[in-house]
Amino acid sequence: MTRSPLAPSRATRWTIGILVGAVFAVPFAATLLFTLTAADGSLTLDRWTALFDPARAAAYVPVWAGLVNSLVLAVVTVAIVLVVLAPTMVLVALRYPALRRVFEFFALLPITIPAIVLVVGLAPIYLAIGRTFGTGTWSLAFAYGIVVLPFAYRSIQASIDAVDLRTLAEAARTLGASWPAVLIRVIAPNLRQGLLAASLMTVAVVLGEFTIASLLNRQVLQTGLVLVNKQDAWASAIFTLLALAFAFVLLLIIGRAGRVGAGRKTS
Amino acid sequence: MTLDVTPAARALPQTADNHLLAAAGDGTRVALRGIVKDYGPTRVLHGVDLDIAPGEFVSLLGPSGCGKTTALRVISGLEDATAGTVSFGGTDVSRTPTNKRDIGMVFQAYSLFPHLRVRDNVAFGLRRRRVDARAARRRAGEALELVGLDHLADRYPHQLSGGQQQRVALARALVTEPRVLLLDEPLSALDAKVRVQLRDEIRRIQLRLGTTTVFVTHDQEEALAVSDRIAVMDAGRIEQIGSPEELYLRPATPRVAAFIGLSSSVPGVAAGGTATVWGTDVPLQSDVPDGEVDVLLRPEHVHLVGAGSGVGAVVEESMFLGSIRRSLVRTDDGSLVRLQHAADERLQFGERVRIAVRPVPVVATPRQTR
Repeated sequence: MTRSPLAPSRATRWTIGILVGAVFAVPFAATLLFTLTAADGSLTLDRWTALFDPARAAAYVPVWAGLVNSLVLAVVTVAIVLVVLAPTMVLVALRYPALRRVFEFFALLPITIPAIVLVVGLAPIYLAIGRTFGTGTWSLAFAYGIVVLPFAYRSIQASIDAVDLRTLAEAARTLGASWPAVLIRVIAPNLRQGLLAASLMTVAVVLGEFTIASLLNRQVLQTGLVLVNKQDAWASAIFTLLALAFAFVLLLIIGRAGRVGAGRKTS
Repeated sequence: MTLDVTPAARALPQTADNHLLAAAGDGTRVALRGIVKDYGPTRVLHGVDLDIAPGEFVSLLGPSGCGKTTALRVISGLEDATAGTVSFGGTDVSRTPTNKRDIGMVFQAYSLFPHLRVRDNVAFGLRRRRVDARAARRRAGEALELVGLDHLADRYPHQLSGGQQQRVALARALVTEPRVLLLDEPLSALDAKVRVQLRDEIRRIQLRLGTTTVFVTHDQEEALAVSDRIAVMDAGRIEQIGSPEELYLRPATPRVAAFIGLSSSVPGVAAGGTATVWGTDVPLQSDVPDGEVDVLLRPEHVHLVGAGSGVGAVVEESMFLGSIRRSLVRTDDGSLVRLQHAADERLQFGERVRIAVRPVPVVATPRQTR
């Protein structure tokens, strides 16, 4: 690879890289150190093992309960993305290409609206939802379905743009495939990368969401962490680290999924 | 880069070993009645009628935008006609969805499923018809044998050349023994040599299987080479339908004459069913009012003559085409004329010659002001 004459020198690039890296790494390392430091300043794993100490379990109930709720929410939200959003996008691509711009605008809109503003609008709607679906935490997935729209939309649309969806669908139709068969056997496998990335992104967003859950009085992972933090700062720090590590692994999987798919196409 | 290694005249497999060849039948009659298609305010088909005999190979030929692809898509059910009916074997299928029409289609764009191996691509239609997996694999293998690609069954589509992909698409369309095979410019993305090879192969396989086939193309040479009949389309209507010979020798309209084969337009005078061109009387095959006319001449209608007859002309170009030579001359009355003559008559640029027209039937139109 030849370097552009306008590119910064090696030293400049390293400096920028280290500075930016430090912005992320320093708080992370500090938190880790915080959880490993005993009262007398020595390093210990006690704080980590205490998490699984049955005697202290009661203190961490909000976190574990929140985690379970968040995982359920993640599953329901991913289902909304795969069952409602993805087929709608395919329909727009195949039948109503003129609507694409409008659809894209509305799909990207939630990224510009602060969660707190969303909640103002959502609160009365959740009164109605509460009456029909009950007040189970899972019903937050309706709101999360909106919050994840921009992320899920971009991932799926990139996959749609990469294949000639219309010709593939038409070929499958002429070969005798019903519309469900076209969707499941032809379109879904060819959008695999986009659907996977959208799903993982959705999981990451749902696990990190605090504002809406808190304002609508639902218990999720993040609200649980805040609650525990008030009594036990160390436990909350450990849970935060674990959540970060989990999100990191998710992002790695997204990256790998993209590369594997790309490799298959060019081999 | 993968090369097409298939020899030009590959032998087809033996009938007994091949399910598809053994199942060859008489084909299905296809009929279009008064097909009208509107896209919003634009009418792209103006009442198309077309009867295709069982096992016939019919080409829809015309310039882009003439409605030929739309007509094919109406037959496939991928587009609904605004008015009119489509019937297969006497049964109206106008309201039958595409997946129930029992057709096979090859598209202009590469349409193999990228996530499936070649064999699974070909087996796709069989699996949708609930053929069990083993039988589907075997029959897919036989269909691939028919197009000479059984050795590539385990490849993915992106590992094949364009010509190979279209061959697989053909096998995939034929493996279900469809009632009608629809070809939507399947050759236009391929390079010249592969195009001719695959064109001839499509025709040979179609003749062996007896599948009624509709072939859409804008390439007159392609249509002339493989069709039983050609429907020349223009502006959403069928101008003329007939055998390649009929269209070439007896074009019904000047537009058809101009579209099929090379032709030159020269001035003449019509009177009582004959036209006089450069002193020679030629019979007219189209009705045209007496008076000044434009006569369409094929290169083989024009020949070189000695002094004292015909019309004088100056040679503009002369091309050696192997067994013959084709030249372009400008007559003294200002018309550009193509003619075909013996290869040993080497005309030079700027040379003066005399040409005349042979007394064969020609097409003429009332004189347009130039």
